[in-house]
Amino acid sequence: MKPHRRKTLGIIIFIAIGLSATVGLIFFALGQNINMFYTPTQVAEGEVETGQSFRIGGMVKEGSVAGEDDSLRIEFVTTDYVSDVPIHYEGILPDLFREGQGIVAEGSMDLAGVFQADRVLAKHDENFMSPEVKAALDAAGATSENHAELSGN
Amino acid sequence: MIPELGSFSLILALCLSIILGTLPLVGASRNNALWMNLSRPLSAGIFVFLGIGVAILAYAFLTDDFSVKFVAEHSNTLLPDRYKFTAVWGGHEGSFLLWTFMMSGWMLAVAAYSKTMPMDFVARVLGVLGILCTAYILFMLATSNPFARIVPLPPADGADLNSALQDFAFIIHPPTLYMGYVGFSVVFAFAIAALLSGRMDAAWARWCRPWANIAWAILTIGIALGSWWAYYELGWGGYWAWDPVENPPLITWLFGTALIHSLAVTEKRGVFKSWTILLAILAFAGSLLGTFITRSGLLTSVHAFAADPTRGVFILGILGLAVGGSLMLYALRAPLLKTGFGFDLLSRELLLLTNNVILVVAAASIFLGTLFPMVYQAITDDLISIGPPYFNTIFNPLMVLLVLALGIGPLSRWKKTSFSYLLAQLGKVAIASLLIGVVLPLIVILEFSWVATLAVSLASWISLAMLKDLRNKTANKPTLLKGLRSLSLSYYGMQAAHFGCALMLIGVALSSAFSSEKSVLLAPGESVDLDNYIFAFNGTQRIEGPNYIGEEAEISVTRDGRAVEILTPEKRVYLATGAPSTEMSIDSGLFRDLFVTLGEERGDGAWSMSIYVKPFIRWVWLGSIFMAFGGCIAAGDKRYRRLRKKSEELEEAKVEAQLQPSS
Repeated sequence: MKPHRRKTLGIIIFIAIGLSATVGLIFFALGQNINMFYTPTQVAEGEVETGQSFRIGGMVKEGSVAGEDDSLRIEFVTTDYVSDVPIHYEGILPDLFREGQGIVAEGSMDLAGVFQADRVLAKHDENFMSPEVKAALDAAGATSENHAELSGN
Repeated sequence: MIPELGSFSLILALCLSIILGTLPLVGASRNNALWMNLSRPLSAGIFVFLGIGVAILAYAFLTDDFSVKFVAEHSNTLLPDRYKFTAVWGGHEGSFLLWTFMMSGWMLAVAAYSKTMPMDFVARVLGVLGILCTAYILFMLATSNPFARIVPLPPADGADLNSALQDFAFIIHPPTLYMGYVGFSVVFAFAIAALLSGRMDAAWARWCRPWANIAWAILTIGIALGSWWAYYELGWGGYWAWDPVENPPLITWLFGTALIHSLAVTEKRGVFKSWTILLAILAFAGSLLGTFITRSGLLTSVHAFAADPTRGVFILGILGLAVGGSLMLYALRAPLLKTGFGFDLLSRELLLLTNNVILVVAAASIFLGTLFPMVYQAITDDLISIGPPYFNTIFNPLMVLLVLALGIGPLSRWKKTSFSYLLAQLGKVAIASLLIGVVLPLIVILEFSWVATLAVSLASWISLAMLKDLRNKTANKPTLLKGLRSLSLSYYGMQAAHFGCALMLIGVALSSAFSSEKSVLLAPGESVDLDNYIFAFNGTQRIEGPNYIGEEAEISVTRDGRAVEILTPEKRVYLATGAPSTEMSIDSGLFRDLFVTLGEERGDGAWSMSIYVKPFIRWVWLGSIFMAFGGCIAAGDKRYRRLRKKSEELEEAKVEAQLQPSS
C-alpha cells in the first residue's frame, strides 16, 4: 500500500473505532436511562411493575395533601379524575405545588401500592400546563369544562 | 399611535433586509460595484430601524401601555422600572425582536470592521445575513408581532412578569446568550459566502477567526450566566440539569469550540477546509434548533414560551430552508475543495482532528438525548424522558479524552511529531500530574477519592503542559520577560482558555462529588450541623418589596465556634399573580458555597429548609470567564488587523508552497 493510502486508512480506522465505541456507549446509556411516563389510570391498571423507575403525572387531588409537623414527609394523591395514586415524598416541594394543580413526580411504586417519589416537579408558570399532565387528563377523558378550569383559562 | 410606529419601523427594516438579501448577492456574482456597495449602508439602516423597534417596545413598557398585548401579558404597574425595561425580552415576541436586533448589531459590526476583506466577499456575507434577517422579520410580523394591540378593551393592569424572571441575571443572561447565538449566524454567513465565491483559503480563515472567537466567547459567557442564574434562583442546588432547552446552546457551543480549533488548522495549514465549513453550518443549525425548541411549545420549562403551533411550523420552515439549503450548497461546492491530508499520523493536525471528533460526537449525543423523547412521542404517542445520567455517562468520558488530547496539542508540531519527542516533552509532566492528583486530595480531605484524583490529575496535566510549553517558547530568549512579550495574543488567548478548562473541570468534578445537602425542619432556636458548619435558625420576619410581600428567615452559620455568615433566605408572594417564589441565600467563596432555601412554614414558626455546602462550585464559572477572556484576546491578535493587500498575497503563496510537497 502506498504511504498516503496507509495514512488515510489509519485515520479512517481511528475514526471508525472511536465512533463505534461512542455509538455503543450512547445506546447503552440511552437504554439505561429512559424514564417512561404513566398516567394514574395506567398505574391503577397494573401496567407498572413494583420497583420500576418511572414518571407519573396528574393533578394533586383537592384535600389530599397531608404533612407531619415534625418531619418533611408529605403524602398526597395524584389523580386524572378516573384513578387515584397515592404519593409519598420526603423533602421540599416546589413553589407552585398546590392542590388542584398539575404535577409530575419521578420515582417508583412500592409493595403497598404507594408511589415513592424522589422528585416532584410542578409547572413553572400558572398559565401553562405540562404536556405530560395534559396527556394524562386527555387519556382519562377528562371533560372539556373541567379541563378549561384546570388549565386556568 | 407610538406602537404602530414600532410595527412600521419593523416593516421598513423588512424592506431593507429584502434589498440586502438580493442586490449585493447579485452584484457580487455580476461584479456590479454599486450593488455590492449597498450592503454596508443597508445593514446600518436595518440596525437603526430594529433599534427604533426595541426602543418603542421599551417605551411602551415603561409607560405601562397595556393596550399593547405583549406589554399587558408581561408587565404590571407595580413592576420596578428595571424589570419593566427588561420585560422587553420577557416573552416570545419581544425576545425574538431582541434576537433580530442583536443580529443586526452583528451585521453593523461586520459592515464596520471588514475593511481588510474584498468587497465582493463583504457583500456576500452581509447578503446572506440579509436573507436571514428577512426570514426573522417576516416571522415576527406574521406570527408574533410584539406591537399587536388588544382591541377594543385593553386591561387596566398587566398580568406581571413571571416572578422567576424578576432577577438581576435576567437583565444580562438573555441578551448575552442571544448575542453569542446570533454571532454564529455571522460565521455561518462567512461559510456560505465562501461556498458561493469558491474562496476558502487561509485568508478566508483569517477573516473568519476573530468573528468565530468573539461569538464563541460571548456564547460561553451567556451559557455560564444561565447556569449561574439557575444555580442561585431555582434553588435545587445544581447549575446544569441537562434540560432540553439548556442543551441546544451547549450543542452550539460544542460545535463552535470544534469550529474555532478547525479554523486554526485551516488558517495555519490550509487543510480541513470543507470540514470547517460544515462545522460553521452545524453551529448555526444548533442555534436555530435552540430557537425552535424554546419557541414551538414542544416543551415545558422556565424557558419555554406559550405554545402556538403556527410559530413552530414557521421556525421549522426557516430551519429546514436555511440548513437544508446550506447543506445542499455545501454538497455541490465542497467537493471542489481539494485538500490532501498533508500531515502525519502523529501531528498537531491529528490532535486537533481528535478534538473535533470528540466535540462533534459529544454534541451529537446530546442532540440525540434531547430530541429522542420528542421523536419517540411523535412515533409511539408514549411520553418518555431521558435523565441526566444518560448525558453524564457519555459526556464525562468524552471530556476526559478531550483533556488528555488538550495537554498534548499545544506541544505537538504541525505536520509531524515524533512519539519520542512528545515523550521527552511530556513524560515528566504526566508523572507529576498523577502524583499531584494522588497526593493533593489525600492531604486536603484525608481520604482517597477517585473523582478527586482524576480531576486534580487532569487539571494539573493541562496546567503543567501549558507551563512546559511556555518554558519551551521562552527558553531561547535573553530574559523571561522578553520571551513572554514575544508571544502572540492568540497564543495567550489559547492558553487562557485552556486554563479555563482546567478550572472548570475542577469545579464540575469536585462540586458534584463532595457536595452535601440536608433537608430539615427547624423551629426558631434550633440548629443543624452539616460538613462542620452549624446552621442556627433565628426565626423569620415579614418583609415588603415593591411588588411582593414575604417572610425572611435569619440563619447564622458558625464553624468551630467562629461566626461565618448570616444567611437570609426569603419566601415571596408576588402581588399581581399571587405566585410564590423562593429566594435562596448564598455565602459564596472560592473554595465553598453555603446556601439555604426555604420550604414552607409548618406551624409554631418552624420552617422546612434545604441546606447545602458546595465545594469549588465557583470554579465552574471562573473557568468560563477564563475561556471567554481567552477567546476575546485571541480575536485581538494583531495579525487579523493587518492590511489586506500586502499580507494576503504573501500568506497565500506561503500556504500554497507548504501544500505543494505534501499533496
